[in-house]
Amino acid sequence: MTSDHPLVRLETLALIAIGGFAGSNLRFFAVELFAEVPAVLLVNVLGSFALGFLVYEAEYAGLVGRQSRIVFTTGFLSSLTTYSTFAVQTAVAGDPLLLFGIVAANYGLGFAGVLASRSLARWVGDGSQPTPGGETA
Amino acid sequence: MRHATLESIVVLAPLFVDALVVSFDPRPAHLVGTGGAIGAVFRHWVYLRFSSEGFPWPTLLVNVLGSFVFGLAVFAGAGESTIQLLGIGACGSVTTFSSFSVETVQLYERGDRLRAVANAAGNLVLSLAGIALAWGIVAWMGLPA
Repeated sequence: MTSDHPLVRLETLALIAIGGFAGSNLRFFAVELFAEVPAVLLVNVLGSFALGFLVYEAEYAGLVGRQSRIVFTTGFLSSLTTYSTFAVQTAVAGDPLLLFGIVAANYGLGFAGVLASRSLARWVGDGSQPTPGGETA
Repeated sequence: MRHATLESIVVLAPLFVDALVVSFDPRPAHLVGTGGAIGAVFRHWVYLRFSSEGFPWPTLLVNVLGSFVFGLAVFAGAGESTIQLLGIGACGSVTTFSSFSVETVQLYERGDRLRAVANAAGNLVLSLAGIALAWGIVAWMGLPA
């Protein structure tokens, strides 16, 4: 009901824009600091880990509030991580070995980051609540 | 006719941004951040508009679209400020890796393993196809590649 109000949506948009400003800048600083390929790999893996934690934390514990979640997930983390730069790096990688390395590193470590943060979120959830629902996979 | 219109857009858009940039000389962080804010809000709109239970279409859509536009900017030889605003800022921010990886893991763990693999491969193949299309358009118009 209240979340349908236009002014509620306006606040959401502002929070997302602020998160996007901060996230894209942090990625930019990482690229300036390191070389482009390792910098994008770093932000993608860290961002996947952090987003995985927030998504699974919502499922297992639910401690983070809705507004904080929007700023961090849709705003900050999704802007911190990037697919386009990764895809362009892959496209212009002359060496097939480098191409394979970029894809394998981003995909492999990105997925591993999500799995690691899922475990962390479960651990946090177990500590803060009785036992959250029966999923054991 | 369509050719000329498209060409003028691709040529004039960066010039317009460059002119804008020269007139008040913003810092790179402002350009990247402004592009990033616009990209994030646009991505949010795409998620609201196209979200679906069965398959993460919105992420695929923004990743392919963002990679295509980034490719256009890079191959058309856009200036540094344009790359920062449009490429690193807007395209970098509209595309996302974190949502992609979380959604792929979620597809896999709920048993849609084929869709998880299709999502992982589809994002890469279609984004690369978008970049190839951008390269083709730039080459076809005879712009510096």
